[in-house]
Amino acid sequence: MKKLRLIAGVLVLGLGAAACGGAKVDDTSSAAPSANASAGAAAGSAGTVKMAINGWVGYEASAAVVDYLLENELHYKVEKVTLNEEPSWQGMESGDVDVVLENWGHDDLKKKYIEEKGVAVEAGPNGNKGVIGWYVPEWMVQKYPDITDYKNLPKYADLFKTSESDGKGQLLDGDPSYVTNDEALVKNLKLPYKVVYAGSEAALIKAAQTATQQQKPLLMYFYEPQWLFSQLKLVKINLPPYTPGCDADPKKIACDYPPYDLDKIVSKKFAETGGPAYELIKNFTWSNDDQNKVADDITNNGLSDEAAAKKWVDANPTVWQAWIPK
Amino acid sequence: MVAAPADIAPPVPVGERAQRLVRWLPVAGAVLVVALYVAFKNTAVLPHDDDASLFHWLNDARDWVDENRNTSPFFLYFINYVRLGVAELFTLFQTALTALGWPGLIGVAAGLGWLAGGWRIALVSVVGFAGIGALGLWDASVDTLALTLSSVLLSLVIGIPIGILAGRSPRVRRIVSPVLDVMQIMPTFSYLSPIVLLFLIGPASATIATMIYAIPPAIRITALAIQRVSPTAVEASESLGATGGQTLRKVRLPMALNTITLGVNQTIAAALSMVPLVALIAAPGLGVDLIRALARVNVGAALVPGIAIVIIAIVLDRITRSAAVSRARSSVVRWAGFAVAIVAGLALTPVLAPEFPEQWQIQIVRPINDVVGWIEANWYGFTGFLNDTVAYGLLNPLQDVLTSAPWWLVTLAVLAFAWRFSGLRAGLVAAGCLVAIAALSLWEHGMETLTIVLVASVITIAVGLALGIAAARSRWFAAVLRPILDAAQTMPSFSYLLPAVALFGNGRFTAIIASLIYAVPVVARLVEDGVRAVPGTVVEAARSAGSTDRQLLWKVQLPMAKSSLLLAANQGIVMTLAMVVIGALVGAGALGYDVVAGIAQQEDYGKGLAAGVALVLLGVMLDRITQGASGRPNSKKKRIA
Repeated sequence: MKKLRLIAGVLVLGLGAAACGGAKVDDTSSAAPSANASAGAAAGSAGTVKMAINGWVGYEASAAVVDYLLENELHYKVEKVTLNEEPSWQGMESGDVDVVLENWGHDDLKKKYIEEKGVAVEAGPNGNKGVIGWYVPEWMVQKYPDITDYKNLPKYADLFKTSESDGKGQLLDGDPSYVTNDEALVKNLKLPYKVVYAGSEAALIKAAQTATQQQKPLLMYFYEPQWLFSQLKLVKINLPPYTPGCDADPKKIACDYPPYDLDKIVSKKFAETGGPAYELIKNFTWSNDDQNKVADDITNNGLSDEAAAKKWVDANPTVWQAWIPK
Repeated sequence: MVAAPADIAPPVPVGERAQRLVRWLPVAGAVLVVALYVAFKNTAVLPHDDDASLFHWLNDARDWVDENRNTSPFFLYFINYVRLGVAELFTLFQTALTALGWPGLIGVAAGLGWLAGGWRIALVSVVGFAGIGALGLWDASVDTLALTLSSVLLSLVIGIPIGILAGRSPRVRRIVSPVLDVMQIMPTFSYLSPIVLLFLIGPASATIATMIYAIPPAIRITALAIQRVSPTAVEASESLGATGGQTLRKVRLPMALNTITLGVNQTIAAALSMVPLVALIAAPGLGVDLIRALARVNVGAALVPGIAIVIIAIVLDRITRSAAVSRARSSVVRWAGFAVAIVAGLALTPVLAPEFPEQWQIQIVRPINDVVGWIEANWYGFTGFLNDTVAYGLLNPLQDVLTSAPWWLVTLAVLAFAWRFSGLRAGLVAAGCLVAIAALSLWEHGMETLTIVLVASVITIAVGLALGIAAARSRWFAAVLRPILDAAQTMPSFSYLLPAVALFGNGRFTAIIASLIYAVPVVARLVEDGVRAVPGTVVEAARSAGSTDRQLLWKVQLPMAKSSLLLAANQGIVMTLAMVVIGALVGAGALGYDVVAGIAQQEDYGKGLAAGVALVLLGVMLDRITQGASGRPNSKKKRIA
C-alpha cells in the first residue's frame, strides 16, 4: 500500500508540473522521446524516429530499407508502430507517429490533417506507382475471354458463389482498413456480388495461389506494387475508366481506381525537428521493382526485414547514396 | 433457441390438468411462432443501411470532438490530462523495466518469487522469464509487462476503494453490481472506438481499455473480502472507541488482505488476456507480433507470442497466489533472499549483453509452420467439407430465418423464451436489448452475429459437455486434460484465430472454431466440477440400486449438477460472443466487422460505434436469457473464482 501511495504521489506531482493552461494532445514531449537530437534515448543515438508500419509487405519492405539506413548510416533509433492507414494519421496528431512511408491517396485525410489541423506535411512521392483493381486468375480469362469486361460479370456471378457470399458472387477484399471503393462499386454498377473481407494481404495471396493451382474461380481486390505478380499471372478487370473527379463522392463511385503516385507523409513536428532523418525520408524514392525484390525476400526467402534490407542496400549503393543528406 | 436444454422450470404442484397445460405451453408457443413466421415472413424486416442517419450523427459528433480536442475545457482540463497522466505512468513502467536489463528483470522476478513463496516460486520466475528471452521476444514482452502492470495498478487504485465502499454499504453494492455485470459481459472489442475517440490511439488508451476489462474482479473481490470480515472483530474495534477510518485501516483491511491479494491475482489475469488486443489501437508489445502474424497468415509466428503471454501469466499468477497465503518464515531470511536475487540480477546487467543473447534463443516457428503446411496440403478436402457443411447446413438457414422474420416476431419469441427460462424480468430485459439493437439501425447485422453465436455456442457446449463428463468420470483423462485446458485458457484469444484461419480459410466457420478453442476450457471445467460435486453417497446409493453407468450419468449426476451446467452454458455463450466478434478480423463479418471498420476507416466510425453498443446489448441479452435458472449469487461467485 505504501508503494502505491508513493507512485500515486509521483503521478500527481507529474500532472501538477504539466498543469498550466490545460493540456493539448500534441504535448507529448514529456510522455515520449521525440525525434529531435537532444532527446536521444539510447546513448550514442542521434534520436528516435517513430515509423508507422501499415499492414502489407510492400510497405514493410520500404520501411525495412529506410529503417536500415537510418540506423546504420545516420545512427538513429527507429521505433516501428504497427498501425492501419487511417489511425497512422491520427498518430501524427497524438505524437505516436512521425512518418508514413507509403500513403495511398487519402485526399480526405490530407485535407483534415494537413490543411485543417496542420499536424502533418507531405514529404514527396516515394517513387512507387500504385494500382488498385479487381483481378481474376489467368486461366479464367482463357476459359471465359469476355470476363475481363465488368459488364459481363453478372453472367458469371454463379461461378464465384461461396458459403459466405449470400447466394451472390463473391468479391474477395483484403483488410477492412485498405483503401477500397468496392462496396460502392458493386452497388452503383448493379453487380450481383457481395464483398467479403479476407482480412489480410496474406489471405488474398493465398486465395490467388489456390485459385491458380486448383483452377478455382476467384474475383479479388488486389494491387501493385506486389511481389506475387512475378510468380503467377492475374488479369485485371476493366471497370468504367477513371476520370479525375469521378471518385469525389465515395457513395456514388462508379469508376475504376485512379493511378496512385504513392507518397510520404510526416508529422509537422518531425519535419521541423527531424534533422538528417527527415532529409533522408524526404529524399527516399525507389521503383516498384526495388520494393518487390525486398518484399519477395522477406516473404518467400525467409529473410528477416533487416537482412532483406541489407541485401538490397549492399546491391544498390548508388540508389540509396543519393538519399543520404550531405 | 437451439441452445436450450429442455424443460428447466421446476414442476409446479397444481392440478393434473393445469400441469398438462403447462407442459404443452412451450410446444404451443413454438407452433405459434412458426405459424406467425410463415404468415409474416419478409415483412417488417430491417435491412441494413450504411447511410442510417444515426451513423451520420455519430460521425458528426466525432468530428466535433476532433475539432475541439484542443479547445474545449472538458478536454483541455480533464480528458487530456488523464491521457497524459496514464501515458506517463506507462512510460515510467516501460523505462524502469527496460533500464533493469534482462538479467536485472529476471533477478527482480526471482526476488519477488522468493519473497512471496520461497525457492520454488523463485525458480518458476527465473525459468519463466528466461524462457521468454529464449523465445526471442524479450523486448515485446517487457512492453506487454509494462502495459499490464500500469493497467493493473490503475485498476487497483480505482477498484479497491470502490470495492471497500461496496463491501460496507449494500446500497453502493446494488448500484455497482449491475455495472460490473455489463462490463464483464461486454465483448472487449466493443469499447475500443469510444476510447480512441476520447484518448486517441497509443499506450494511454490501451492502458485505459485494459483497465476497463481488468477492474471488475478488483472491485468484486475487494467487496467480498470486506464483507467477509468477521462482524465481531469490527464490533470489538468500534466498542473500543476506534473511528471508522481506524477500524478500516487496522481491522477490516488487514483481515481482508489475503482475499484482496487474490483479487490482485485475478486482475492481473484479466489484464493479460486483454493486453494483446489493444495492439489494434497502437499499443506496443506482444500483441503487435500477433497482428503481424495474422496479416501474414503465419501460424507459428502467432503461437510464439501466445506462449510468451502464457508464461508471463503463469509467473505473475504463482507470485501473487503464494503472496496471498501467509507463511511462517523469518522475515530476515525473506528480505535477505529478496535483496540477494535483485542485487545479483542488477550486478549481471552491465556484465552481460544488453540484448538477450541470440544463441540462447530457440526456433520453434518453422516446425510449427511445417506441421500446419502439411495439414493444409493433405486435409484440404476434409476441412473444406466441414466448413461447407456448417455454413450451408446450419449458418445460412438460421441466418435466413432470423433476417427474414419480422423484428417484432423475433423479439416476442425471445421474450417468451427468456420468460419461461429465466423469468419475466430477464425476458423484458432481453427483449428491450433487441428493440434497442433495432433502434441502432443494426438489426440485420445483429441477427447475423446472433446466428454465428448460436451455432458456435451449441458446438462449444456440446464439446465442453463431452470433455467435462469424460474428465469427471476418469481421473486419468482429467489429469491429461487439465494442463491443456489451463494453457488454452490463458492463451490470448487472438492466437486462436490463426490456426483456424490456416485450416478453414476466412469466414464464419473459422470464427466458430476459434471460439470453440477459446470457450471449451471454461465449459469443460465447470461441467467437470459440477459432476464431481455430486455427493459420493448419492452415487453409491444409485449404484447399489442397480443403475448402469449411463443411467447414473443421465438420471443422477447430470440432473444434480444442473446449476453448474447452466452456468457453463451461460459462460460458454458469453465467451463465444466475445470471440466471434474478434473473428471479424478473419472475415466473419457482421457487427464485429463494423467495429473493425469503424476503427480503420473514418467514414465508418459512426457505424462502428453503434455496432459496439449493439454488441454490448447482444451480450446482455444472451446473458439474461441463460442466467435465470442458475441463479445470480452462484454465478457471481463462480465468475470470481
